[in-house]
Amino acid sequence: MNSGEPLLEVRNLNVCRGGSKVLQIPSFALHRNETVALIGPNGTGKSSFLLALAGLLPLKTGEIFFMQKAVVPGFSSTEYRRNLAMVFQEPLLFDTSVADNVAVGLRLRHLGRREIDERVKSCLDRFRIAHLADRSARKLSGGESQRTSLARAFATNPEIILLDEPFVALDPPARQALSDDLERVLRESGTAAILTTHDQVDALRLADRMVVMQQGSIVQSGTPLAVNNQPVNEFVATFVGMENIFTGIVKKADNGLFSVAVFDRTMEIMGDGAPSESVVICIRPEHVVISLTNPESTTSVRNIFSGTVSKVVQLGLFTKIYLDCGFSLVASITNQSLDTLELKPGRPVFASFKATAVHVFRKG
Amino acid sequence: MGLFIEGISKAWSLIVSLDAELLAVTLLSLKISCSATLASLFIGIPAGVFLALADFPGRRFVISLVNTGMGLPPVVVGLFVTLFLWRNGPLGFLEILYTPAAMILAQAVIATPIVTGITVASIQNLPANLKLQVQALGATRLQTVWILVREARLPLLAAVMAGFGGVISEVGASIMVGGNIMGQTRVLTTATVMETGKGNFDVAIALSLILLVLAFSVNYLLTVIQQRERPR
Repeated sequence: MNSGEPLLEVRNLNVCRGGSKVLQIPSFALHRNETVALIGPNGTGKSSFLLALAGLLPLKTGEIFFMQKAVVPGFSSTEYRRNLAMVFQEPLLFDTSVADNVAVGLRLRHLGRREIDERVKSCLDRFRIAHLADRSARKLSGGESQRTSLARAFATNPEIILLDEPFVALDPPARQALSDDLERVLRESGTAAILTTHDQVDALRLADRMVVMQQGSIVQSGTPLAVNNQPVNEFVATFVGMENIFTGIVKKADNGLFSVAVFDRTMEIMGDGAPSESVVICIRPEHVVISLTNPESTTSVRNIFSGTVSKVVQLGLFTKIYLDCGFSLVASITNQSLDTLELKPGRPVFASFKATAVHVFRKG
Repeated sequence: MGLFIEGISKAWSLIVSLDAELLAVTLLSLKISCSATLASLFIGIPAGVFLALADFPGRRFVISLVNTGMGLPPVVVGLFVTLFLWRNGPLGFLEILYTPAAMILAQAVIATPIVTGITVASIQNLPANLKLQVQALGATRLQTVWILVREARLPLLAAVMAGFGGVISEVGASIMVGGNIMGQTRVLTTATVMETGKGNFDVAIALSLILLVLAFSVNYLLTVIQQRERPR
């Protein structure tokens, strides 16, 4: 996916807004056919980053290269922007019909009427809103509005599409349906995309690469699987849902396995650790297994702790079990398992996880 | 009360008989106020768009001045326009004092801050990211301004109505720079003042009624256009 020269490249980008620094990006690259998900908490600079990439925010320092050409002076601002399209959180539709909205970018480029009609029709079809073509954009539902906004962006056949939390204002069914269609259109068109989102599921579904931002900087970039399972620090670990995060001291290391003292317990972890070293260990809740009997004699797992259920929280398709094992541990199980094990607060259980399921990074 | 009924009756007879003098005064009023409104739109809309979108030091101060100008007393405008157009004034060489041109100028001075102020508010009331969205669609600077003005067209119609309403009804500036000369600069408002002064209440009532009907008709027309465009 990342082969060849980058389509868009950023070097030493610094952006200030209202007198304070909001972005510091030493380097970033986007390749053809690649979808990157920018994730991070609110106010971390994701939207500012998209605006800066779109040429809509002045850079304090740094350069943007599009197809190996510096955006200034390689392209005039409008010429560069016409290679990109951007979709905001709100649909920001014009007070005209759906078809006219989709045609706006094409009219700005002075394309011929026939070509405009063809492209508008094609985009309306792709986003399943052809039946709304003549309807006023002010009379659309949230999902229909955002579909129109996406169709308008794709109508100009952009090289890159920047999507600033496009599903954030939608209800779950509309969100799911639009996410499915966007995934299909991105795959069919091969348009490179950068998507900002809070939603891990969107990022996992749509992105080839996940970029985590914290206070205007990129703290981790990698495949969604790598970022989810191997966060580089506590901030990323917390953000990607690693609810079991502990600080411990390495007691001993032996042949690719080391043990860490966490509270008054010992955890065995796959990897290399230096004795007396302070480390942070993370375990995803879905990697914690709960059993009613001690599985020691029947399993290969290296970490087994007895404890009691302290809280059960049902979250739709799965359930979170909060355990007290002398330390707090969170497990994520299916609703079926909840029924089978008849888990409820106070019930004694055994929690286990494999040495390979633990991710470790050095403290600080 | 009798005077009032008598006035209404006289007004009705003047109107239905299409009195030549009354017709001339009415047409001149309409011509001067429409010209002044048009001039204020040409100046006020671009100025308002600039103030709404540009970022420069002192912008807020300028907007405050414009907002203050929305309530500019017509007599003050009349005084300064007279001074400018006076024989020895900076614009004295134009020799337009006591002509309809001077009245158009004075009324345009009154209407321009109204149009500018409402334009600033209309553009600033558009969604915060709309300008960025238009630019992201590949618009040039001029295309961006055009689309934003088009999006603000309904509130901008209010600017036209307020501008026209402000000048068709003003009397101070028109009397000072026009002089209320019969057949040349006499308009509905100045004629009403004069006839009231002379005690011809019936004529004054007739003139007032025509002024009200005129103001209502123009505003009704603009309101119909505005409401037809508004999505329901």
